[in-house]
Amino acid sequence: MQSFLDIFDIYLLEAVINGILLGGVLALLALGLNLIFGVIDVTWICYAELVMIGMYGMYYLVQVFHLPYWAAAPLVILLVALLGAALHFFVIAPLLTAPPINQLLATGGVLFILQSFATVAFGIDFRNLGIRLPVLALGEMNFSYARLLSFAAALVGMVGVYLFLTRTFTGTAIRAIAQDRQIMPLMGVDPKRIYLVTSAIGGGLAGLAACLLVLQYDVHPFVGLSFGPITFLICVLGGLGNFIGGFIAAFVFAEIISLGGLFSDLEWGYVLAFAFFIVMMFIRPAGLLARRS
Amino acid sequence: MNRQAAFWTIALLALVALPFVHRDPYHLHVLVLILIWSFAYTSWSIMGRFGLVSLGHGGFMGIGAYVTALLWNHLGVSPWIGIPLSMATAGVLALIVAYPCFRFRITGHYFVLVTLALSGIVLQVITATRDYTGGSLGYTPQRAQSGKGLFALQFDDKTTWYLIALAVWAAGLVIWRAIDRSMIRHAMEAISEDEDAAAAAGVNVTAEKLKVTLISALMTALSGALYCQYQMFISPDTVSGIAVSLQMVFAAIVGGVYVALGPTVGAVITIVLAEVLRISFGTKAVGWDNLVYGILLVLFIIFLPKGILGSVIDRIKSPRKPSRGHEQQTVPIARR
Repeated sequence: MQSFLDIFDIYLLEAVINGILLGGVLALLALGLNLIFGVIDVTWICYAELVMIGMYGMYYLVQVFHLPYWAAAPLVILLVALLGAALHFFVIAPLLTAPPINQLLATGGVLFILQSFATVAFGIDFRNLGIRLPVLALGEMNFSYARLLSFAAALVGMVGVYLFLTRTFTGTAIRAIAQDRQIMPLMGVDPKRIYLVTSAIGGGLAGLAACLLVLQYDVHPFVGLSFGPITFLICVLGGLGNFIGGFIAAFVFAEIISLGGLFSDLEWGYVLAFAFFIVMMFIRPAGLLARRS
Repeated sequence: MNRQAAFWTIALLALVALPFVHRDPYHLHVLVLILIWSFAYTSWSIMGRFGLVSLGHGGFMGIGAYVTALLWNHLGVSPWIGIPLSMATAGVLALIVAYPCFRFRITGHYFVLVTLALSGIVLQVITATRDYTGGSLGYTPQRAQSGKGLFALQFDDKTTWYLIALAVWAAGLVIWRAIDRSMIRHAMEAISEDEDAAAAAGVNVTAEKLKVTLISALMTALSGALYCQYQMFISPDTVSGIAVSLQMVFAAIVGGVYVALGPTVGAVITIVLAEVLRISFGTKAVGWDNLVYGILLVLFIIFLPKGILGSVIDRIKSPRKPSRGHEQQTVPIARR
């Protein structure tokens, strides 16, 4: 064991494991976005801003209304799920037949709205829950409980969505409509209702991510910009709408960021990840798992 | 046709004469900002009108601003040389990213997200090389010694800047119009309808797309360099990154990307709105302008995808066409 640790630098191992833990949360975010893209064929540019609103929700419920963390989390998940459904109802539904670019830009407008709403309503101060979880020391490596908890909760969330999609009638209908949106209405499935349910689930996943991210990061109105773009890139890298591809891509990205950050600044980790993305787009334009025709 | 030409000549002369008649420095400052940003938005719309929606233009603008400033501060290269160099850098980067994109048929959502990665990279590189660029704290080009203002392209006089910005803005409109009347437009319209059919009809899809992308990137870099020289302060948030890219898309769409003056109308609306809010509410207004932009953007895309000016011109050209109420409501806004 000791010789093993000598070969693999202890910091390298720590960075690899932290990358995996980060990958869990990124995979959760990517799953929500992929679900919406796969079913409704729309990209929510403002997805990370929904997470930001959820993080503010957690902050207010825990710090101002003094709810315990475990009671606030379901409320926030519900709130963001409602927000997702509202986003679909008010913005996406009128644009369902519009060119995809217009849908994309409309959600870009929602990004502006949510960001500036947070600026106006909550101010630009950095806020946090004030919960400091202990650090787990394993040998000479340190892992924060917040990350471990996030990773576990993200996995549970993903398994939950998987079971919902495969074991319930609504879930089956969602998967069916993703495969063929012309036939399903003939089979007695109301696409409008399915789209609303899907948007709510996508929002709920954003809410869950918010509950987990707020444990690790301070919330401010522009926090969405720090992990929003990376989420889109993960989804595209995995193939938009491809759940498994998104899952793998999340861990690839998280490792690049984590290891890049180990050898240099964190920003260079992001630069590497972005550059990797652009190169991959040329090698595999349709995503990591796509077969080349 | 002659009357139209006479109208434009008189309008241009009036704009040139303006700073000699009306010398209020604050108004001139707002006008210079409007002209520089109009130029940037026009550059974006050269690509955007053909469905090549780029979120990477924040990156090109950042390169224009930072390369010019870095060359001046660290190597003493005059912006007269630095600006062409920065434009060339942006152009090369645009080609490196765009060529494979077009070659491998990356379109729609995928193109938007690849360009998003591009502006993300530029933003992170600027932040990461903070020893040279000042990182997120921003960067200031060094003041030139007195008498060397022309060499350093630094002028204290607002009138000079107004005339420079006006010339560049007018040049941008001329380029827009030249493309509008050239074969590139027909080729690009065919491509945005159906790439395969266009290719079958003999259009070199990749080459045509590269042409507009290159022109657009070069112009955007120039607007970034001008902004840097005028404001004498740049930060990653104001000239680079995703927020700036979205701002360009927003203003161009609100004004209308299918008419030459559309992006200019977008710039006038956004900047005047921001200034009015800032003056009337002071620091309390932080965030309100973006809130209004966001709501407007969503409403425009749902109800008026052609933008304010585009819809107005449609109405003037075919008044008998039945129009919906919301189009009538926007007419007074555009005439402001």
